[in-house]
Amino acid sequence: MSVTTDEWVKVAEVAQVPPLTGRVIRTENGEIALFHAGDGQFYAIDNSCPHKGGPLSEGIVHDCHVTCPLHNWVLNLKTGEAEAPDEGKVATYEVKVDGGAVYLKLGGA
Amino acid sequence: MNVHTKPDRERLVVIGNGMAGARAVEEILKLDPARYAITVIGEEPYGNYNRILLSPVLAGESTIDDIMLNTPEWYEENGIELISGVRASAIDRAGRAVELADGRRVPYDRLIIATGSRPFILPVPGNDLDGVIGFRDIADVDTMLEAAEKYRHAVVIGGGLLGLEAANGLMKNGMDVTVVHLMDTLMERQLDREAGEMLRRSLEERGMKFVMPAKTAEIVGDGNGRVRAVRLEDGAEIPAELVVMTAGIVPNKEIAEEAGLYCERGIVVNDYLMTYDPRIYAVGECVQHRGVCYGLVAPLYEQARVLANHLAGRGWMTYEGSVTSTKLKVTGIDVFSAGNFLGGDGADELVLKDEKGGVYKKLVIENDRLTGAVLYGDTVDGTWYFQLIREGSDVSEIRGRLLFGQAHLGDSGHGEDSVANLPDDAEICGCNGVCKGEIVAAIKEQGLFTLEDVRKVTKASASCGSCTGLVEQLLASTLGGDYSAAPSEKPLCGCTDYTHDQVRQAIVENGLKSIPEVMKFLEWRTPNGCATCRPALNYYLLCAWPGEYEDDLRSRFINERAHGNIQKDGTYSVVPRMWGGVTTPDELRAIAEVAEKYGAREVKVTGGQRIDLFGIRKEDLPNIWRDLNAAGMVSGHAYGKALRTVKTCVGSEWCRFGTQDSTGLGIRLEKLTWGSWMPHKFKMGVSGCPRNCAEATIKDFGVVCVDSGYELHVGGNGGIKVRVTDLIAKVGTEEEVLEWAGAFIQLYRETAHYLERTAPWIERKGLSWVKEQLEDAENRKALFERFRFSQQFAQRDPWAEMPERHEDEFKPLVELV
Ligand SMILES: Cc1cc2nc3c(=O)[nH]c(=O)nc-3n(C[C@H](O)[C@H](O)[C@H](O)COP(=O)(O)OP(=O)(O)OC[C@H]3O[C@@H](n4cnc5c(N)ncnc54)[C@H](O)[C@@H]3O)c2cc1C
Ligand code: SF4
Ligand code: FES
Repeated sequence: MSVTTDEWVKVAEVAQVPPLTGRVIRTENGEIALFHAGDGQFYAIDNSCPHKGGPLSEGIVHDCHVTCPLHNWVLNLKTGEAEAPDEGKVATYEVKVDGGAVYLKLGGA
Repeated sequence: MNVHTKPDRERLVVIGNGMAGARAVEEILKLDPARYAITVIGEEPYGNYNRILLSPVLAGESTIDDIMLNTPEWYEENGIELISGVRASAIDRAGRAVELADGRRVPYDRLIIATGSRPFILPVPGNDLDGVIGFRDIADVDTMLEAAEKYRHAVVIGGGLLGLEAANGLMKNGMDVTVVHLMDTLMERQLDREAGEMLRRSLEERGMKFVMPAKTAEIVGDGNGRVRAVRLEDGAEIPAELVVMTAGIVPNKEIAEEAGLYCERGIVVNDYLMTYDPRIYAVGECVQHRGVCYGLVAPLYEQARVLANHLAGRGWMTYEGSVTSTKLKVTGIDVFSAGNFLGGDGADELVLKDEKGGVYKKLVIENDRLTGAVLYGDTVDGTWYFQLIREGSDVSEIRGRLLFGQAHLGDSGHGEDSVANLPDDAEICGCNGVCKGEIVAAIKEQGLFTLEDVRKVTKASASCGSCTGLVEQLLASTLGGDYSAAPSEKPLCGCTDYTHDQVRQAIVENGLKSIPEVMKFLEWRTPNGCATCRPALNYYLLCAWPGEYEDDLRSRFINERAHGNIQKDGTYSVVPRMWGGVTTPDELRAIAEVAEKYGAREVKVTGGQRIDLFGIRKEDLPNIWRDLNAAGMVSGHAYGKALRTVKTCVGSEWCRFGTQDSTGLGIRLEKLTWGSWMPHKFKMGVSGCPRNCAEATIKDFGVVCVDSGYELHVGGNGGIKVRVTDLIAKVGTEEEVLEWAGAFIQLYRETAHYLERTAPWIERKGLSWVKEQLEDAENRKALFERFRFSQQFAQRDPWAEMPERHEDEFKPLVELV
């Protein structure tokens, strides 16, 4: 499947990503992590921790945050930013839920 | 908001807006902010302030603004009615209302008395003259500062902590100060004679004068109603235009006593801080609990927590009294004391004295436990000693090095020079590269009080935790006396104030069966916790309710979800179980095949006698497991907080020295214990003779076979700091070995904190405690039974179970290419 950057792409059924879990979406430009956060919303960010590239999709999800499995940086899923005192940011992507399915816009948010 | 218009809620009234009263209110708000309509009545005309910092204010090292804790706005924002500047004059218990000095009545449903105490004013002639005061509140400090501008001579009566702080402050304000003390030792309630002497000498060097032992007979007036001198019993007169009485404190119990509540020295309360009237509670210095009236904040804070727990309807905490510690807040002089520092019958004393260097340390040890400490000159280890005292840790092992401090302990990962002497650029936290200067600056500038605060702001000690002791020392040395205000045990994480033990207790006693239930019951501050508490709660629930609690995979670290160790490039390593380290050609063939088929980038033999396949992609994991399962192998749990491996030597089967079948026993042990989840990883070893080829004496549970049976060793580990095991028993049969192993594991599972290995757990609980628990045959059997019961549910191969249920989750959702 080839996609342009500003179109909504269906990436999952809601049921595939239970609350407080994350999954991986593989793209031409690397991996994106999709999360079902504690606030009930879905968020997508680059699946590579700003610290040393840890796979964020594998972290523990709490509220609107994920803790990186490698060295425990905490990233804000809404902004992609690392919580203080760490500094760093990952790209975020627009996500919407429609009719039981999750859609993603690759153009970034 | 006016509380009287909210009759739908119970009305909670607090008399006394001091440190204990305000803290109790804060604790209640934390647990259940909407439960009560709260009114606070305070005689002092301000919000609430940190009374203990009045000394630095007097010494000009701090200001009143700096020490304010809760401003009037705070009360407003939290919907609390604050009636300040008015005294409560009586309690009408029948009418359930508090009467105020200005005639108003404040009705209550529940009442907290937190009236604190007042200075004891000596019953001598002239004690009511102008210029004769105590040292208790802002007004007293104002009086002293004014006097220092106008007059020259001050006498402080009472050479305790408070008196010396007052004297020091007055001296700093230019006064000529004499301390009159009844005893021949300063601070005799905190210091022994040696330390008292050293303290006196260094204060004298600064210009403070002492007359002691001496008894005050009269305060002499100048004819105009102001004090002129203090006359002693022997007739001597000391000139004084200001007299500060710091000869003790008197609990403010009168308002309770007059209302008919039972009082002795203070207002008598039970372990819930309840008075003899169940609607009325009391907290703080006005209270007498189990015969003790406290005069320091740490115990009051503990009381406030218990009281709040009770008033918020939780009702599962009890207050059982406190061990206290004190630190003199005179800049440049370091004095620390805690517990039973005088020693006495059956107590041993360890003493270090360096007169010239100005250092004195005395530690009191009873029954292998530290029970008291006095430190003069070098107080860096005060926090550590205090912790050992409170936790009742067994110190027999470290006794020889105890006096030299934590830095010389060597085996707990804190091996550094005493932190106070370190330069600012010394690295404290190796994991996150944080230096001393950064931590100290953060503590000062951002007003940090707890370890958790420091972790959040600087990241120091947030990772491996081995620098925790150093960070705590920095907190203690930077905050001085304030640090003792921290709760006596650390909270589980930033999401809660409860400690590991309190959380476990609440789970068991209240039948809490899920993570959301625990968080709700204990009022977690975050909606779904964090990566620290969720795995801990998941483990505590698994341990408490075997077979009932359903493991929450979302609260497990990725390794335990993917049943493999995540590596730094995001791939996984896979380790099949090899019982007792024994394998077969068939198994090796199967391993070789999967290694090739799935492109393992490295094949390595581990220290635990297993084979580790590195560089496996996540989506291949379910397949590789299937292949290994088909060859009869199961997960090695090499990734989990669980039983890892049982390492064995060849023993009597092959070795000429072997005394028993160590390999066979190792396999039996592994079959018994595999699959069990633990607070941390757990390793075992069985050696066939004391040559100990299986390194059993650095394992969590090790067996060394001898001709006459089996020696059982516990609490060892390799790791950053090697710890050798302690011998706990010698038994005669394999059956007994299995029973002891199972019972030991269960004891560890039930009482260790999550992520606490057996070594620190044993050091915390004490080897003799562990021994006692296991030597009691009935208790041992019961532990073993509980272990076996929980094993019924735990011994499932996650490799065999996982793929069917969750295989999909190991792959990307979609590939957009
Ligand atoms: C100068 C100084 C230094 C100290 N240093 C230390 C230290 O280093 N470490 C340490 O642990 N402790 C220290 N303490 C002791 C500590 O401050 C007290 O233990 C603590 O303040 C007691 O808290 P409390 O709430 O019981 O009493 P308080 O804080 O005294 O509060 C009681 C309040 O109730 C008010 N009140 C009393 N009766 C009435 C009434 N009828 N109606 C209305 N209001 C009333 C009082 O005005 C007061 O504001 C120090 C104390 C002082 C004075
Ligand atoms: S520990 Fe003893 S029995 Fe075992 S291999 Fe070594 S020498 Fe032989
Ligand atoms: S790679 Fe994420 S914390 Fe280090």
